Amino acid sequence: MVAAGARAAHRGSGPSSPYPHWFYAPAAVVFGVLFLVPTVLALYFSLTRWSIFSSEFIGFGNYAQFFQEPALVSGLWHTMVYAVVTSGLKVVLGMALAILLTSQIVARGYLRSVVFFPVLVSTIGVGLTFVVLMNPERGLINQALGAVGVDGPGWLTDPSYALLSVALVDVWKGVGLATLIYIAGIVSIPQEYFEAAKVDGASAWQNFKKIILPLARPATVTVVILSLIGGLRSFDLIWAMTRGGPGFTSDVIASVIYKQYQAGFYGLSTAGNVVLFVVVTAIVFPLWRFLNRKEVEM
Amino acid sequence: MTTLRRPNYLLSVVAILVSVVVFLVPFAFILLTSFKDRTQAAELDFSWPRNFQFVDNLMAVIEARDYLLIIAFINSTILTVASVTIMVVLAAMVAWTLQRRSSRWNPLVNILVLSGLIMPPAVVPTIWVLQRIGLFRTMPGLIMVEVAFGLSFCILLFRAFIATIPRELDEAAIIDGASPLRLFFRVIFPLLRPVAITAILVQSVNVFNDFVNPLYFLPGEQNATVQLTLYNFYSQFNTQYNLLFTDILLVTIPPLIMFLFFNRQIVAGMTSGAVKG
Repeated sequence: MVAAGARAAHRGSGPSSPYPHWFYAPAAVVFGVLFLVPTVLALYFSLTRWSIFSSEFIGFGNYAQFFQEPALVSGLWHTMVYAVVTSGLKVVLGMALAILLTSQIVARGYLRSVVFFPVLVSTIGVGLTFVVLMNPERGLINQALGAVGVDGPGWLTDPSYALLSVALVDVWKGVGLATLIYIAGIVSIPQEYFEAAKVDGASAWQNFKKIILPLARPATVTVVILSLIGGLRSFDLIWAMTRGGPGFTSDVIASVIYKQYQAGFYGLSTAGNVVLFVVVTAIVFPLWRFLNRKEVEM
Repeated sequence: MTTLRRPNYLLSVVAILVSVVVFLVPFAFILLTSFKDRTQAAELDFSWPRNFQFVDNLMAVIEARDYLLIIAFINSTILTVASVTIMVVLAAMVAWTLQRRSSRWNPLVNILVLSGLIMPPAVVPTIWVLQRIGLFRTMPGLIMVEVAFGLSFCILLFRAFIATIPRELDEAAIIDGASPLRLFFRVIFPLLRPVAITAILVQSVNVFNDFVNPLYFLPGEQNATVQLTLYNFYSQFNTQYNLLFTDILLVTIPPLIMFLFFNRQIVAGMTSGAVKG
């Protein structure tokens, strides 16, 4: 205690504060050693040819390779598609479900629970279950579609559907969280607005467009940001369902990082990691600022 | 939106039917398949089990590969309990100082918290660091990794709550001669209970369900966690769907229990950003 107080005084931040700076220390050590240091090291190691035994500086070779190999470039593209599709669907479906679940219907409690529960279930468990449900010949989904005369596609085996099928399962698992965030946002809108709108004879659509949509904006910001971060980093569901296949048609940056790591190309894997930093930062930070600034203006 | 209107029964029925097909059928499928025998499970259809042999399936899954599943459950429990405990205490300390004391460190801490929330971790360099400090392939190493990656979320959750605790309380304790440690752990920490419970629940679900970090930082047969075992079972039991789904069922039970008892707190934690943004 005495030592800590003395240190605080030494730094010129006044006599020993009841809120000492060393309270940051334990968290700072763990976070610094296992998050900040690796992040900074990544910038260096991505410029090296790096194996278990040694690393050798090679400049931007890894990045050149990353942007030249079609399999790796397509991973970058797939990451974007996956993130945009999942967050777009989560916003639209989450908003629709939230409006449904705050309206006058029975069994709201049941519906909220059943929509939210998949959020808590193991991603690997969900992924493997849907691999079986999406089996092209015997899977439940195509059996059901067959019963109504629709010839279901090979969800995970057809190269043009694999990525989108995984994205759909991601939405199935994650839409409950978006819904709950929207419910919290809609419930916090003061009832007076709806009462005033009713007096003015507003339609349901006007209610939605003029009251819910603008006033639930913080919820939209949260849903968009959360699902973009999740979508851009997404690995477990894709790995459990397709391992990036068939071919490389559902590979994303995160799965490329893992594959290159497994193959022993640590430098290339780390370059992929740096690309992922840049992509996430370049998309999420400006978007966050933009969305929050709009809110302040209103 | 007014509460006096009659419920819309038609919409309710449609919503319930759709929810059953979309959300309940997959879980019913897991349950039914885990009760089936091997041949019927291989048909992959949605049907009532011909022979109920859940106990046989359960024993087969548990005994597989020298009781690996038991080891995995023990490992996952240790990982979850240890990392969430450390994470919550460290995050509360940071949030407390960050909220109460404005100093030149605040902007830096805020940026670091935010980057911890947004930036994807650098995987291979983390392995390099863990090797250097001798914690790669060890449970303590993985625990610390989970702590580092989970801190940011907890700090934000705690900070918002601490803002609602009146400063007069600190002042009273300080006048009574409480040291900073005593003030925090004896006076303030007990008050953080509601938000601590939320943080513990949300992060327990996250750590228990985590697949990526154990995959990278704790490889090796005997170190397996529940999610890794489940993933490996898939390649092993490719033709024994009854066993695969028994395993999925077992992995789904802990979150189900959490959900049944603590639904409200989990929802509160996960939606905390919705109103303030």
